[in-house]
Amino acid sequence: MWLRNLFFIGVILGGIVGVRAALFPAPLPPRAGQFDATLVEAEDFVALVTQVDAAVDSGIAKAGLKPAPRADELTVVRRLHLALMGTTPSLQEIRQLEAYQGEHRLQWWLEGILRDRRSADFLAERFARAYVGTEGGPFLVYRRRRFVSWLADEFAKNRPYDHLVRDMIASLGLWTDKPATNFISVTVEQDQKNQPNPERLAARVTRAFLGIRLDCAQCHNHPFEDWKQADFQGLAGFFGQVKLGFTGISDGDGEFELENRKSGKPETIAPRVPFRPDLISAEGTRREQLASWVTHPENPYFARVTVNRVWALMFGRPMLEQVDDISSVEEVPPVLQLLADDFVAHDYDLRRLIRVITATQAFQRDSAADHEITTDHERVWAAFPICRLRPEQVVGSVQQAASLTTLDADTHILLRLAGYGARTEFMKRYGDMGEDEFDNRGGTIPQRLVLMNGELVHDRTKEGIFSAATRIGWQASDDRVAVRTAYLAVLTREPTEVESAHFQSRLDGSTGRERIRRMEDLYWTLINSTEFSWNH
Amino acid sequence: MEPLMSRRSFFTRASLAGAAWLTPLSQMLTRAAQPDERNAAQSVILLWLGGGPSQLETFDPHPGTTIGGDSRAVDTNVRGIQFSDGYPLLAEQMDSLAVLRSVLSREGDHERGTYTVKTGHRPDPTVVHPSIGAICTHELGVGRTEIPRHISILPGAWPARGGFFGDQYDAFRTGDPLQRVPDVTSRVTSERDLQRQRDLDVVEAAFARRRRVRAEATLHQATMNQARTMMSSEQLQAFDVSRESARLRTSYGNTPFGRGCLAARRLIEVGARCVEVTLSGWDTHVDNHEGHRTQSAILDPAFSALIRDLKDRDLLRRTVVVCAGEFGRTPTINRLGGRDHWPSGFSVVLAGGGLRGGVALGATDPDGRREPTDPIGIGDIHATILSAVGIDPSRVMNTPIGRTYRFSEGTPIRRLIAGA
Repeated sequence: MWLRNLFFIGVILGGIVGVRAALFPAPLPPRAGQFDATLVEAEDFVALVTQVDAAVDSGIAKAGLKPAPRADELTVVRRLHLALMGTTPSLQEIRQLEAYQGEHRLQWWLEGILRDRRSADFLAERFARAYVGTEGGPFLVYRRRRFVSWLADEFAKNRPYDHLVRDMIASLGLWTDKPATNFISVTVEQDQKNQPNPERLAARVTRAFLGIRLDCAQCHNHPFEDWKQADFQGLAGFFGQVKLGFTGISDGDGEFELENRKSGKPETIAPRVPFRPDLISAEGTRREQLASWVTHPENPYFARVTVNRVWALMFGRPMLEQVDDISSVEEVPPVLQLLADDFVAHDYDLRRLIRVITATQAFQRDSAADHEITTDHERVWAAFPICRLRPEQVVGSVQQAASLTTLDADTHILLRLAGYGARTEFMKRYGDMGEDEFDNRGGTIPQRLVLMNGELVHDRTKEGIFSAATRIGWQASDDRVAVRTAYLAVLTREPTEVESAHFQSRLDGSTGRERIRRMEDLYWTLINSTEFSWNH
Repeated sequence: MEPLMSRRSFFTRASLAGAAWLTPLSQMLTRAAQPDERNAAQSVILLWLGGGPSQLETFDPHPGTTIGGDSRAVDTNVRGIQFSDGYPLLAEQMDSLAVLRSVLSREGDHERGTYTVKTGHRPDPTVVHPSIGAICTHELGVGRTEIPRHISILPGAWPARGGFFGDQYDAFRTGDPLQRVPDVTSRVTSERDLQRQRDLDVVEAAFARRRRVRAEATLHQATMNQARTMMSSEQLQAFDVSRESARLRTSYGNTPFGRGCLAARRLIEVGARCVEVTLSGWDTHVDNHEGHRTQSAILDPAFSALIRDLKDRDLLRRTVVVCAGEFGRTPTINRLGGRDHWPSGFSVVLAGGGLRGGVALGATDPDGRREPTDPIGIGDIHATILSAVGIDPSRVMNTPIGRTYRFSEGTPIRRLIAGA
């Protein structure tokens, strides 16, 4: 009896401590991880950034345009967070940044992001779309979540990118045990006697790793390029021996066979690459040979398509519009080639690539200027492109803005669970963009409706002890501070004088619940603004 | 590629939306209900049977054969055409229906099959095709419609998408018409709501200050205004079936799907171009007959009441009704009394839009071994629907990556086109 009472008292005390900790977090936890300044001070790093800047500048000059000025630090930090973690920075993070006195502020901050598990998770999901799509895929033999978490683990270790790709193309084993094999098993089809489909694999490999839409050549020759149907089929031939069985994915014997369209008879297709056969390694299984060819430093497409994709993640817009069909452009932009060469020279180091892009003037430019900015400016990176945020970036930002502390792996499990259902429902209503994630689209009416009137925003901004809006209303020393804090938490910027004056007058003299309601209105307003739903 | 709207077209549209505000609502309602000058139909209602219904226990019974199991059939009001005995009410409307009994698809997976039947194209990694509703919405005028023109009621896992036309052509998703339309009601008093709008203007002005053109091109505020127009539109009442007489509501059946069908009729009256109403639960791998009895008790009253109601209001002429699922079910019955996926010879029903009624086209093999006679491709069905609404099915557009996209790969079914 005594024990039970003690236990209950313990539970209640624990609860009180938990709520208190959530309500009054420790003042400012220091940011984890040390920063190695030599990374960005190294001669070759500085030289590359200078070259990239010069190449972009010459493009701008050729177009006869005037670049936008440099954006302020918080704007650039917001871009980094959205691109690499899928949310806006928390107020806590903004304070941590403000407190930092050292040099290389942006690169110091970026290093913290790159070491944050949230960044590995977010990047893994973005990359996975190119590798395996968004579909649920075949039942039992395909585990998308295992695949994504494997990718995230590899990103967290910063394993060289070419190793990852070789794993995906050539791994053996069970989809649960060797998650990379899900890249193969996602193509398993009932019609194919429950075996992986060589043609779909060839299409994935060429689109995701080479930026060639060879699958156009599945039915006919490529519209712009020299790719022939036979090229496509030859690549599929490398997957002719892949099998699915009790031990998972393995390589057997046999050949890829295809029905000849004219004679209707099956035809054996030998493995063949469309160019540079000299790059194929002579050793290993067919899949290993293909992987070695794809990731060979002299294969010109592999690095280019990766750089273009990472650039697109950072800017919201790729350098070459068709992320998975860059082979059809006639001229490779010098910036792309510079970055691709460096990517190869530095062992396919994704983090270095991200550091370089972050350091460029293009990434740090404003999306606004005193002169009129048009899409022409954005096209040559004379201004940062204004792009619609993805649904998960919007939902992540709503959730983060509604909490003053950083929502991460350390966030209390109950809070994270509470967020999960609301998140899924929101994404469903907001609409996923699927695989073609760099399509530049405008917003839709249901998106505006769900942000204006939907459950999530209402739930996260209404009066409540965990609601950031409520807490700012309670705790801010005066109206000016309250307005400024809300702007930082939601829009990651300071209010202008006009805005500050306007919203101070809205809060002026209000007390108690009325004040909390007005804070809720302020939050609602900021969340429904253009700049909240767009990257800029 | 120029994805965002130019300033000029933005202002043209904005001023149109502005003009719509000035028109008295009653006038707008009647105008929206008036038929176009053209002869073609104006709208499509898609009754989506999610999971894949058995042709044998719906519109293509083979009583007394091995493949028919012990299913029975009922005569329709057209001599020589029978339905499964679960459809006595619909049988009375057969003279208005065209039953296609030899439909062929090549996709036996739910997701791929749904994609194929809804878009008329097989999944293709290089492009996302727009669904038939998106095509209608894209091609047919806006008129005075303030609410979404492409709607999915009770959406299943894969509601109709806009594909490469853009997300703005996705179907607007809503649930059982008994419940309110999601997200169209402000959560605060109108006074507070107005204040929020004024506050928002302050924030928008700050953002647009040094990037006016680009901020406008996001269309964020324009879409917001459209959303607000919709929130206050009288046309939202079209979702509210409680405004219909109890007798009519009962005739559609007291089910979410029945109410969805009634709402679909109300929605096309205010100018919706395509309303998709989903009835799931057809994936009867186990105990097929029992499953189909449950389903027919829902579908039969709803479908037949819809046809009758459209005829009574002289709307059937300008509305194409389509009843389809992603595929049919196997002629053989498995050990669990179920039927499995069968894309090679299943039924789709068309009605209205000037298409010929009282006909059954094609025939499946009573032994379930041979291919159906007079096979009809999914593309042919799409071509037929598109011609009925006055859209050229052979029209070609460029996809974002510059490949050609044809609205439909098939040809209209001549025997259904009146006068042909």
